[in-house]
This record gives sequence, C-alpha cells and structure tokens, in this order.
Amino acid sequence: MSSDATIPLSIRDLTVAYHRKPVLWNVSLEVPSGSLVGLVGPNGAGKSTLLKAVVGMVPRISGEVTVYGENYAANRRRVAYVPQRETVDWDFPATALDVVMMGTYGKLGWFRRAGTRQRQSATDALRKMEIEHLAHRQISQLSGGQQQRTFLARSLVQDADLYFMDEPFAAVDAATERAIITLLRELRRQGKTIIVVHHDLHSVPEYFDRLILLNLRLVASGPTSEVFTEANLQKTYGGKLTLLEEVGEAMRRRERGS
Amino acid sequence: MLPVAAFWTSLGLNYNTSVVLLGTILIGFTSGMLGVFLLLRRRALIGDAIAHATLPGVAIAFLWLALNNMEKSLPTLFLGAATSGGLGGATVLAFRHWLNIREDAALGIVLSVFFGAGIAFRKIVQEQSGNSSGLDSFIYGKAASIGSDDVWSAAIAGIIVVSMLLLFVKELKLLCFDAELAASQGFPVLLLDALLITMVVVVTMIGLQAVGTILIIALLVIPAASARFWTNQLSIMLAISSTFGAASCAAGTLLSASYDKLPSGATIVLTACSFFMISFVFGIKRGTLWRTLRVWQMRRDHDFLHVLRSIYELLEVRHALPDKVTGELRSTLAVTLQEVARQRGWHEAKVRQLAQRMAVSGLVVFDDEDRLQLTPRGILRALNSVRDHRLLELYMVEEAEADVSQADREADYLEHGLEPEHLAELAEKLDDSSASTPPPSPHDFDSSRDSAE
Repeated sequence: MSSDATIPLSIRDLTVAYHRKPVLWNVSLEVPSGSLVGLVGPNGAGKSTLLKAVVGMVPRISGEVTVYGENYAANRRRVAYVPQRETVDWDFPATALDVVMMGTYGKLGWFRRAGTRQRQSATDALRKMEIEHLAHRQISQLSGGQQQRTFLARSLVQDADLYFMDEPFAAVDAATERAIITLLRELRRQGKTIIVVHHDLHSVPEYFDRLILLNLRLVASGPTSEVFTEANLQKTYGGKLTLLEEVGEAMRRRERGS
Repeated sequence: MLPVAAFWTSLGLNYNTSVVLLGTILIGFTSGMLGVFLLLRRRALIGDAIAHATLPGVAIAFLWLALNNMEKSLPTLFLGAATSGGLGGATVLAFRHWLNIREDAALGIVLSVFFGAGIAFRKIVQEQSGNSSGLDSFIYGKAASIGSDDVWSAAIAGIIVVSMLLLFVKELKLLCFDAELAASQGFPVLLLDALLITMVVVVTMIGLQAVGTILIIALLVIPAASARFWTNQLSIMLAISSTFGAASCAAGTLLSASYDKLPSGATIVLTACSFFMISFVFGIKRGTLWRTLRVWQMRRDHDFLHVLRSIYELLEVRHALPDKVTGELRSTLAVTLQEVARQRGWHEAKVRQLAQRMAVSGLVVFDDEDRLQLTPRGILRALNSVRDHRLLELYMVEEAEADVSQADREADYLEHGLEPEHLAELAEKLDDSSASTPPPSPHDFDSSRDSAE
C-alpha cells in the first residue's frame, strides 16, 4: 500500500459493483495536495459511486484506496463528504443551524453532545456561506441554493483537509454558484484538496485545475490543461462503452441463471 | 405495590383500573417517542410487519404453556413474540438484500404470512386449551388483562427504550436525516438501524396486551405524525409525540373500561386518531387552519395593495401626487369607488368590500359618497407598492423582454413574492437613483388594463 502521507487520495485498481453489476472498472489515479479537481462524465458513469466507494459506503470488489497514506477509516476525520442535495428529506424537523451542527458529530463521537463551541463554529460556517440570517429557518423553507449552502456550511465545520462534493452546482441559482466557487477557491488557497462531481462542461476549464474523466473506467486524470481535450471528451461522452456494459449485463444474467 | 396506582385509587379510581391505566400510559409514552424516529427514518411499515410477525411466536408460547399445564407466564410470551418478530424483520431484510425483492413486496409477504401462521396456531391453541381468549387479547388488545407484573415490565422496558433514545438522540437524528453523512463520519448505519428495529420489537412486546398485534403500529405512527403538525423541532416533536401517545392510551383505556365490550386496542387507536385530526386542523406549524388563514390574509393584503396602487395611479394621472420630498399629500383630492373599479377591472362590489376593510385598517378614508382618500399610512404603503411594481415591470420589459402590455400583469403576479434583497438587486440593476419614489410607468393606464385578474 502506498504510504505517502502527503497524497490526499490514491486509488489503485478499484472495481466496484452494485448487485454484482460492475459500475466501475479498474480505476487508478492520484490526486495531489491543494488541487481543485473536477470529476466529470456522463450520467451513469459512476461518478457518485467512485466517491462512495472511497468513503466506504459501497463495497469494493477489488482495489486499494488510501487517504493521506492510510485507509479511509484511519483518516476519516480529515475527510468531509457532501452528498447530493436530493438524497435527504428537506421536510425533516430541523433548522439550517441544526443541519450544520451535524457536521460536528463525527469529531464529537458517540454520546457527547454539541455545545457552545460547536454552535459557534456552525454559526461561523453559515456566515461564510452568507446565510447566517437563515440559521433558525426550517430547512423546508430554504430555497434550493440556500439548502446547498447549508450543506456546504456543514462540510466546513467538519474542518477537513479533503472534500468530496457530489454535484454541489446542480440546480442552484447563479449567486449560489458564484458563492460556492469562491468558497472552493478559498479552500484550495488554504491548501485543502477538493474533488467535485460536475456536469457543466463549459465551466470546467474555469473552475478546476485538475480533472478526472470517468465513464465506467478512468478515461483520463491530470491537469485540466493537459486532460481537457477534444479526444478525451470524445472518449468520455462519445461512443458508449458498449462492451463494458454488455459484460456487466452478462455477468448478471449468468448469476440469475436465465 | 404500585405507588402511583395507589395514589390514583385514593382519588377514587378502582385499583385495577389504576394499574391498567398506568401500564398503558407507560406504553403510550414509550411508543410515542420511538415512533418519531421510526417515522423520520421511514421505517413505519417495517414496524407494522414486525408487530404482525410476533403473533405466531405468542401463539406457540401459549401452546407450549397449555401443553405443560402452566399458568400464563410473561417471560415465555415475550420470548415467543421477540423470536418470531425478530425473524419477521430479518426475513424482510433478507428478501431485499439477497433476493432483490422490493421492500413493499417483502413487507406484504412477511406481514401476511406470519400473521396467517399465527391465526392457524390460534386454532390449535383453542383445541388444546379449550379457549383462545387469552391469545385473542394479544390480537385485538385487552388492556383490562394488564396486571401489576405487566406494569413493572412495561416500566422497565419503557425506561430502557426511552433512555436509549435519549442517549443516542444525536446519532439517531443524523441517521434519520442523512444516513450517508453518518456513514462517511464512521457511524455504523446498519447497527443504528438494528438498534431502532430492536426497540420496535421491545415496544411491540410490551404493547401487545394493551393494543394487540394488529394495532400496535398505530401507537408508533399516529402520535408522531400528529406531533409534526405542532413543531419544526425534533426535541419538541419527541416531547409532544410521547405526550400524545400517553394521553391517547389513558383516554382509550378509560373509554374501554366504561364500555365493557369495547376492545382497548380499538378505543386507544380511535382516541389517537382524534388527536391526529385535532393536530392537522389546529397544529400551529403545519395545521390546515393556520395555513388557510395565512393564505386568506395574504390574498387580502395583495388586494389591498392593488387598490392602493390604483388610487395612486389615478392621482398620478391627475398630477395630484403626494409631494416627493415631504411625502405629504399636496391636495386632499379623493378618487371614487367607480374609478378604482374601472382602473382595476374589478366589480364595484368587490372594491366596496375591500374599501370598507381598508378603512378599518386605517389605510384609506371611505366616505358616504363612495370616495376614497389615502391616509398617511396608506400613502406610504401605496408608494412602496407602486415602486416595487414599476421596478418589476421595467425589469420585465428591459431584461426579460416581455411585452409592455403583459409586463403589468406579470408584475402583479410576481411582486408579492419579492423579498427586500430582490428589490435591492432590482433597483441596482435598473440603476434606480430615486431611492424611495417610484419610477414612471412604462405603459399608460387605459390601454393595458382590460380585465386584470
């Protein structure tokens, strides 16, 4: 296992399957410290799955993942994961502040309650996202952009070194998009590493200094200036990877015995 | 034996009823609190399947006791209930996980098959022991059969469940809101879910006698769902839900005690349901009554603003506007009801009704000759409203390239949703230098207003 503690994320030969249908094949990549990385690929390319496999939410069939030179569990406290906004129920009885406080739970560990210090850091994070005035608003009454800002504020209180964000720009207003990208750049300036699942190819060169192009397998990973090429995009988005899909289907069929 | 029951007895309640009441209140309180998490984790139906699945276990325990000529023994019955309930829950999980059967189908299968098996065993119990009334009270609930032993076990189980919930409240809250964040922070989601389900089995066991296998789910779901109408805060929701649970059980028990033939399960569920109905009408956070009132009030406010704006526009055409510097009315010129009605395209009757209400609110003076005159407060509101409206109209025309004749109506629709920050942005965008006075209208008034609204 690579044990370079300065490398935020290193993935080697990662293969992941859902219900035994492989959705990621043999992904190997490294992300250097202090970079803002776009994770780009078509729908169903396995972008979210890659993040979830790293944080141990989906089982991996094979491969190694190291976070700052150790396995994820050992360095969990240095990682903040921001799921897609639609994965949670925004009707939940909680205020924006409550949700942001949840970011402190991991460091608090079992049983210990959040106190004044946690509340203070949550309030600070809300201020950074410019929604301090909404701290006590019921989350169902927040706009989509405000909900996304709440999620990002929650990841800020986790005070991590490596951030995984699943489509933070999806369905937000222009002002929120600007606020988010400002935040991401600020984090990078502080030497943090951020990996962002992203859909809008137009803003890719402007937003990210590195790219991971993914479509069931790794198409390319590296500095945007080198990787963001017509040929690579063609490989990522053009011609479907029919063979990989067919193999996956065949494995499923064989297993069901039909 | 039971101090609280003894106290109630001293108040004139029959001792047996006191014991039963105490037992059901404990059950109601516990299940009300647990139900909140079950509801928020969207696991209510699993709770129902588990409750139904306890029946065969209870029946087998009965059978075993009958065959060995033993008295009803709670530990044996609990063991039976827990085993088959747990088996039912595990079957649901296994179906979903290994057989790829969808959860609703898995729940339907487990619930009906286990309950069916229970009903079949009931027949055998009936043949072996001569009657099945003991078992029947577990199906429909017979609170009257609760003795002081049951109360003690309900108290112990209740204290355990409630203290576990309070101990793990932070972790359970995280699990229910965002299981993915919980997992990424290293909390064992599967274990926490298992904890929740285990507590459902425990509550089902102690609740069986009072409400029965079929209806126990009501105690888990209805108080929690009712509590949601009153609050947006989890801690308060927990308090309200457990109070509702306890109160429904108390009222239901007393109701069942005063009408001999009524099974307590039914009366408890029905009282819980009345709490639910009261909550969804009167609940201060999400109740329909307040929501309706708010909508009504909003509509009225919008109508008021429209009338104020019409008066302003009529005065504007006559060059009789309030002074821009002092805000004071330069003349006391009044407009007539008919003019306002024509300006808005509304019926006179509607305008008359609004004018009367606005006079009461102190926005206009409405005299016997159907004339309307703005009060100082009315002037201020009118100025703001006209400004908002015009800014929006300009925006629609200049930025959104709307047709001038449409802009007015679209602005009518949008202006009430504007928040202060939007207005500031609009003013900035349109380079509006006059901070508090409205810009001129982009259209003239006769051509655009035919039959607005």
